[in-house]
Amino acid sequence: MIVEYILFIIFAVVAIVSAWCVVTLRNPVHCAVALIITLLQIAALFLLLRSPFLAVVQVFIYVGAVMVLFLFAVFLIDVKKAAMDMFKPKFRPLAYIVALILLVESLFVIFSGGIQELTRITEAGGEVKVEVIGRALFTTYIFPFEIVSVVLLAAMVGAIVMARDKKE
Amino acid sequence: MWPDIDTILLVIVMLVKVGVVTIILLNLPIPLTWLERKVAGHIQQRPGPMRVGPHGILQPVADGIKLIFKEDIVPAKADKLLFMFAPVVSLVPALCVFVAIPVAESVTIPYINKELTFYVADFNVGILFILARGGMGIYGIILGGWASNSKYAMLGGLRSAAQMISYEVALSFSAIGVVMMSNSLSLVEIVESQAGNLFDWNIFYLPVGPIWFVIFLIAGMAEINRIPFDLSEDEGSLAAGFFVEYSAMKFSLFALAEYTAMVTIATLGTLMFLGGWNGPVDIGIPPIFWFIGKTFVLIYFFMVIRFTLPRYRYDQLMTIGWNVLIPISLVLVLVTGLMRIYL
Repeated sequence: MIVEYILFIIFAVVAIVSAWCVVTLRNPVHCAVALIITLLQIAALFLLLRSPFLAVVQVFIYVGAVMVLFLFAVFLIDVKKAAMDMFKPKFRPLAYIVALILLVESLFVIFSGGIQELTRITEAGGEVKVEVIGRALFTTYIFPFEIVSVVLLAAMVGAIVMARDKKE
Repeated sequence: MWPDIDTILLVIVMLVKVGVVTIILLNLPIPLTWLERKVAGHIQQRPGPMRVGPHGILQPVADGIKLIFKEDIVPAKADKLLFMFAPVVSLVPALCVFVAIPVAESVTIPYINKELTFYVADFNVGILFILARGGMGIYGIILGGWASNSKYAMLGGLRSAAQMISYEVALSFSAIGVVMMSNSLSLVEIVESQAGNLFDWNIFYLPVGPIWFVIFLIAGMAEINRIPFDLSEDEGSLAAGFFVEYSAMKFSLFALAEYTAMVTIATLGTLMFLGGWNGPVDIGIPPIFWFIGKTFVLIYFFMVIRFTLPRYRYDQLMTIGWNVLIPISLVLVLVTGLMRIYL
């Protein structure tokens, strides 16, 4: 157990430090690399929670695909200028409000007992089986699952529409 | 508080395995580069390396010495940190995947009655782990291309980023096919499901097996950036692509990563489609030799392909990925699923 505790501390500290780097570093490419490191640490935390499937999927999707596209975008467009155009200083209060809401939400999740569910599974000692996740996803959580896929589809179509407008 | 003797033994055995695997992997490129140059030579009707040692067998050693003593140049306006970091980022995931690759079935050591397994760790999601971890090698290429601060390198990096994204989809689909055929995500179980004779192998899971195998081979070749898919290092139009600014040991780390990735794809093909360490006929050859033999055949195939086919154009590459491989994969997933249910 003590080994696991030490590992947790290492992963957590690296995750927080690199997450901090994501928002403070000047060069957008360095920010993206820091974000990759953060996501990898989170995958490692999933492993400590005895859920290799989630860990691998985290690496597969976020590190393997999403971040590659991120870097792609960072290389091709002048991110700093684009960010200045899109997020004007007068929107800053709005950003604080959104950040605050997100903080409250995550604190609520932590203290409302949703996490207890997780520890109960891990305390049982076994690994979280892929079958269990699949079954839960396609029975109990089918509605949120479908909603998420529709949202993703909308985002994809939206991205294409936005890119088109610029070209014409 | 100290762990008991069994746990300590387990950790020691694991460390020894990691050491053995690492030594083998770091030395594999030595025979492989020689073999590749010999294959290239014979296909082009010339003998290949002949001067250093008998039939040029010491050529890789000479190359290695040359690379070590070369000057290590960092371009003046390069991003120093990422430039140093990129070759390592490229090599580490390539080596990491071998943690999850089993090479033979476990044996019980006589007298002490302990089981010896021929893998470092049996993940219950081994196949996904290998694809995810192997896919991370792309960062070495992208970051190396960007950090060099050179247009050729940058273009090479971008090309390979687009290519990897496109073909990773097809490669993952072929893995999904295997998972459906074998009903497991663990590589050990996938191999066990193919035990028996030749026709129990996934490649002979008719009619879908051979098509999955072809998709896997094409996508695999694209993933490891080999001809006909090595658009990221197109000498004709990009000088050398993403590693144009790299020299000496940093350059050789990229080459090492590429060879390791080729071995990974070959071992994956062996495990997923060719029955792993199961022999087609039972003639008393130890399983591990079947495994090595099949892997070697696939590596040899990749090498022959490299000197046989021309390189694709970039738009052709994208068409093959998105308009051919992925639609076929989608249909195959459906067919394989129906076969699993009704057969």
